[in-house]
Amino acid sequence: MRRAAATAQLAAPVLLVVLAALFGAVVSSSSQTYFINALVMVSIVVALYIFVGNSGVVSFGHISFVALGAWTAGVLSVPASEKPAIMPNLAGFLRHTTVGNVPSLALAAGVGAIFAFAVGLALMRLSGLAAGIATFGVLEIVHNVLRYYEKIGPGLNTFSSVPETTGIRQAAIAAVLAICVAFAYQRSRYGRMLRATREDPAAASASGISIYRQRLVAFVLSGAVAGFAGGIYVHLLPLNTESLYLDLTFITLAMLVIGGSSSLWGAVVGALAVSALDSFLAEAENGLKLLGWFTLDLPAGTRVVVEGALMAAILIIKPSGITGGREFSLPRWRRPDRNSPAPASPSETA
Amino acid sequence: MIVAILNISWQTLADAFSLGGMYALMAVGIGLVFGVLRLVNFAYGQMIMAGAFAIAFGSQWNWPLWASILLCFAVVLALSLAMEWLVFRPLRTQSPEVMLIATFAVAFLLESIALLWFGSLGKIATSLASLNRVWVIAGVDIRKISLVSIVVAAACLTLLQLLLTRTEVGLHMRAAASDFRTARLLGVRANRVITGAVLISGVLAGVVAVMMTVQTPLVTPDFALDNTIVVLAGVVLGGLNRPIAATLGGFSIGFASGLLGGALPTEKSQYLPSFLFAAVIVVLLVKPNGLFTRRGAVERV
Repeated sequence: MRRAAATAQLAAPVLLVVLAALFGAVVSSSSQTYFINALVMVSIVVALYIFVGNSGVVSFGHISFVALGAWTAGVLSVPASEKPAIMPNLAGFLRHTTVGNVPSLALAAGVGAIFAFAVGLALMRLSGLAAGIATFGVLEIVHNVLRYYEKIGPGLNTFSSVPETTGIRQAAIAAVLAICVAFAYQRSRYGRMLRATREDPAAASASGISIYRQRLVAFVLSGAVAGFAGGIYVHLLPLNTESLYLDLTFITLAMLVIGGSSSLWGAVVGALAVSALDSFLAEAENGLKLLGWFTLDLPAGTRVVVEGALMAAILIIKPSGITGGREFSLPRWRRPDRNSPAPASPSETA
Repeated sequence: MIVAILNISWQTLADAFSLGGMYALMAVGIGLVFGVLRLVNFAYGQMIMAGAFAIAFGSQWNWPLWASILLCFAVVLALSLAMEWLVFRPLRTQSPEVMLIATFAVAFLLESIALLWFGSLGKIATSLASLNRVWVIAGVDIRKISLVSIVVAAACLTLLQLLLTRTEVGLHMRAAASDFRTARLLGVRANRVITGAVLISGVLAGVVAVMMTVQTPLVTPDFALDNTIVVLAGVVLGGLNRPIAATLGGFSIGFASGLLGGALPTEKSQYLPSFLFAAVIVVLLVKPNGLFTRRGAVERV
């Protein structure tokens, strides 16, 4: 029974992602972009969830891991012949080295993990507001450096000429991979220890759990997944530093909070639901025909207004998110009634 | 002497003081809201932005100066009241992190509303332009506004400190801040007192809006956004438990940022935010409770 429940907890988000991908595969190519984007968001939000959800500590800095992953995968996969055109000041080996799609993603994950480790060694000692501001500082620093340091990337330019290999299939595989990693982690010994520190730090450390070490483990793992997601993202569309900054931080945090930050199911549902809303509003800003006769034409910028209001409203009305912060569970067919004797049915064997 | 060693001109020092004064003024408002609500208000910058837009519209409609400043205060106060009723009050019992995310959402909401209504190009606010005049003292340009902002910051801080420590309302505010429920049991009208504190911080935001439009007349939806982020870091750096510590933190980060801006060679100056935030992180690691907190002042859980 417990195994069945665990299977359902993993299967439900995976199934949701697969359904979204299948749906995205049959629609027209212009709407397909929305689906691919939503799947990439799932990867980023799941990465965020691995740390924020399990530890209960807010991080405003995860988009810096995404940005570093995007930069790593991007710089290494632009064809060498096109590098001088968009990145004339590139340093040393970066100028000549070009790797394939999968190695670039692996390297992106590696860079994300290493950077998260370096930052986390110091930052994981902080908690509360100091941690929030410090992670914000990391975001500011990475944004600032990537923007102006042209030896490692395009600087202010947009990352063009990156092979656009992220199609619906690759985005779906990446999202499923991220979900599996997050699931394996939260079921593991380390994940459970970290969740214990989230629920009651004093009791957890009295039981011999090092809060610092467990947070660091989660931070590094989520840094790796975030870097990987950044690699996927840069293979989808030409990014620049502005697209990996405050707006993305806001929207991914909104997705996590709206879905329910303390469960993997919440992270996936939140990412897909907000993406769906976002795509709908984006269409509506361009003029959307509803039911054939009513044209909805919202002014540009309505999206962020609606999403900001929604995020604030959810935080106020239901801080645990639309999933209640619980994992997916199968509806029970039989009412578990412990007081009355079990019904004598011949089929009951479990 | 130090000035000569670091090769910093008096001009840089004067500019750093001026920036420090402005940031200190912003820090007073943020520190007050934290002191009373235990809430770091990310949306403070957007309140300043709203006030600045009010001034810009006032000058566009050719209103007299006092009228547009009045409009600015009306807008900012209405906004703080709305925020207190719609956001802060329902979240009173939540953890500081949840409130931080909520104000982050409100900040984005307000910015995008401004973007929707006013466009990204911005408007020009022409008010108090006479304050922008330059005095030359011993070869150093000092703008009137920088002196005014330091004086105003000091005055606001003093008034606030007097209010908090010498009046009954201040006592009630501090009581509501340290234990909301017990304060109510003892007959403090805690909600009313907190609303009062939010209104005061709104007034301060209005003051900042007036001062900032003097220095940067072009008002855009991301007006004061970068400054707020830096001031927030400064406030946490200084220590949030006392308004004085928060204000000093705000001043320090403004001063440091002004000095760094002057001291860095031109080709490095674009990395100014990196140096600034790296310094913030280092200080937070050494003193997570803040630079200017009293010894033993630990945040209660």
